[in-house]
Amino acid sequence: MYHYNDFDRAFVQERVNQFRGQVERRIDGSLTEDEFRPLRLMNGLYLQLHAYMLRVAIPYGTLNSDQMRTLALLAEKWDRGYGHFTTRQNIQYNWPALRDVPEMLQALADVGLHAIQTSGNTIRNVTADHFAGAAADEIADPRPVAELLRQWSTDHPEFQFLPRKFKIAVTGAAHDRAVIQAHDIGIQIVKNAHGEIGYKLLVGGGLGRTPMIGKVIEEFVSQDDLLPYCEAIVAAYNLLGRRDNKYKARIKITVFENGLEAFRDAVNEQFARTKPAFSGVDVKLFEEIRAQFAPPAWRNAPLKAYDDAYAADALFRSWADTNLTAHRAEGYAIVSVSLKKHGETPGDATAEQMRVLADLADLYGHNELRISHEQNVILPHVHKSDLPKLHAKLREHGLATANIGLVSDIIACPGMDYCALATARSIPVAQQIALRFEELKLEHDVGPLKIKISGCINACGHHHVGHIGILGLDRAGVENYQVTLGGSGDETASIGERAGPGFSAEEIVPAVERLVLGYLDLRSSPDETFLAAYRRLGPAPFKSVLYPEQEAKRERADAA
Amino acid sequence: MPRKFTPKVVTANRLLEGDAVWLTAEGRWTPDMREAELLDEEAHAELRLLTAQSDAATVVGPYLADAVAGAQGPEPTHFRETFRTRGPSNYAHGKQVEI
Repeated sequence: MYHYNDFDRAFVQERVNQFRGQVERRIDGSLTEDEFRPLRLMNGLYLQLHAYMLRVAIPYGTLNSDQMRTLALLAEKWDRGYGHFTTRQNIQYNWPALRDVPEMLQALADVGLHAIQTSGNTIRNVTADHFAGAAADEIADPRPVAELLRQWSTDHPEFQFLPRKFKIAVTGAAHDRAVIQAHDIGIQIVKNAHGEIGYKLLVGGGLGRTPMIGKVIEEFVSQDDLLPYCEAIVAAYNLLGRRDNKYKARIKITVFENGLEAFRDAVNEQFARTKPAFSGVDVKLFEEIRAQFAPPAWRNAPLKAYDDAYAADALFRSWADTNLTAHRAEGYAIVSVSLKKHGETPGDATAEQMRVLADLADLYGHNELRISHEQNVILPHVHKSDLPKLHAKLREHGLATANIGLVSDIIACPGMDYCALATARSIPVAQQIALRFEELKLEHDVGPLKIKISGCINACGHHHVGHIGILGLDRAGVENYQVTLGGSGDETASIGERAGPGFSAEEIVPAVERLVLGYLDLRSSPDETFLAAYRRLGPAPFKSVLYPEQEAKRERADAA
Repeated sequence: MPRKFTPKVVTANRLLEGDAVWLTAEGRWTPDMREAELLDEEAHAELRLLTAQSDAATVVGPYLADAVAGAQGPEPTHFRETFRTRGPSNYAHGKQVEI
């Protein structure tokens, strides 16, 4: 893992000191709200429906156990005992008081965390595959690249006032767990014909009001061209991107309106300028960063404890079958800890749960934790012989739900329970869907199914790339939920198609139930996933089960 | 034809705590919407909003929100404003347990 050097520490400390002064000056009246607002947003502090909200960056989703304990401390000391992990691998605190925020930022700075650039028209927290450094299928660990990008983009003088916010995601594997095709820049680590490692770069992906799948701008960018090329992309966007209309200001619109070819030309023009400015110091820095991400010393141990528990304990077996992923090291597993216990708020963890996870990372996980964009916590390196003990501890703290990738593993944004931008609530819909499928005892039969819920068109809940997407809207003063079908956020990314008229808050859970039960009848075999069945059959049969009255009307008309 | 004016309350978030507050007839900020002044005349509503905007040391982002007269005082008409009087639905936090 990366550890702050003196420069990082001094920089973050200076920002904490500055913000402490800014808060004091706002409170004593020296700064107006108009003056203070951009300053607080630069430090991740929003004002929401019921309180301030502090968004803390978790760089590429990676944490050590001390950092996790500090997140717990913030929740307990300055908030209401919990935090909300987001689809951007951040954590949000929903109740801080303005006076306390500088102290919160100080506590974060003390363990190498900050809230810088978690808001505003800047390059945001760079996200990465949450299985980075552990996945059996990756070409290289994406985190050194993500850290390099973090250092480059943090306080980058040219990119503090971009036309709009800018999001970068990195994957080191062909199987995309980082949704790179829905980012402003998506980076995939690849190998060329000579076996050299380089980067495939995508631009112009994004969700929100105008969802678009990213386009490949370069198939192979070498290590020494990576930063100059990224700088050229953002510089080209900074010049070409629209500032007249907030809704047309993201790079996806820039690429769409200018065309990929013209945009690439603009990038190449910038590249001619940026490339000579990078003297190779970036490559040297990258190597230094990479050395800090060396894998831990793997342990060799017998697997008997694991095999015995797997054979004897049905609960453990179900959890192991659902929540473990293949690890690159022999005898190890990647553990996904579900923050989606049925009926709970997706992505929320209490201070106590955070501490338990930190302790488990210390005991069994080489001191590492990850936050996934799917709002779960990952213990990336656990030896299988430790899994029975780990599972027992998780069970004691409501963290052993065996539902990763299933119906109840729902992404949900905070929605109108907290967010000032929301047009409807998301959390209660997620809670009710999860509880309903728990009641039906069906989700393991249903298999992999991603439901994603956003409480407004900005799509923080990634609904466009949900196999089933749900978008909460305000229709004439009433909460209304639109359903999209067939979206996907992996390497086969697609934007879900709107199924038809929306549903009321009372109708949406039965509608999802009809869809899922309908899928069970439609699939060719239990191995055909919801998404595969949708892609094979198209929307028509799914719409029929979603809107049975229209279907009945159509049948009557056909018979007449 | 201009739209008919509907009754309003002045509401904002408190600078220090960030929670939702409403302006009373006496010019006090209250966390209980029922104590707010119901403004049924447009010119008066604009004036009260100006008053609120000049109170930047106490509140942030004052605006006029639709409301109706209820048995115990003004009540919200839109669900967003209802949530602001209550707090989130996933935990017993905020005004639903504080007032």
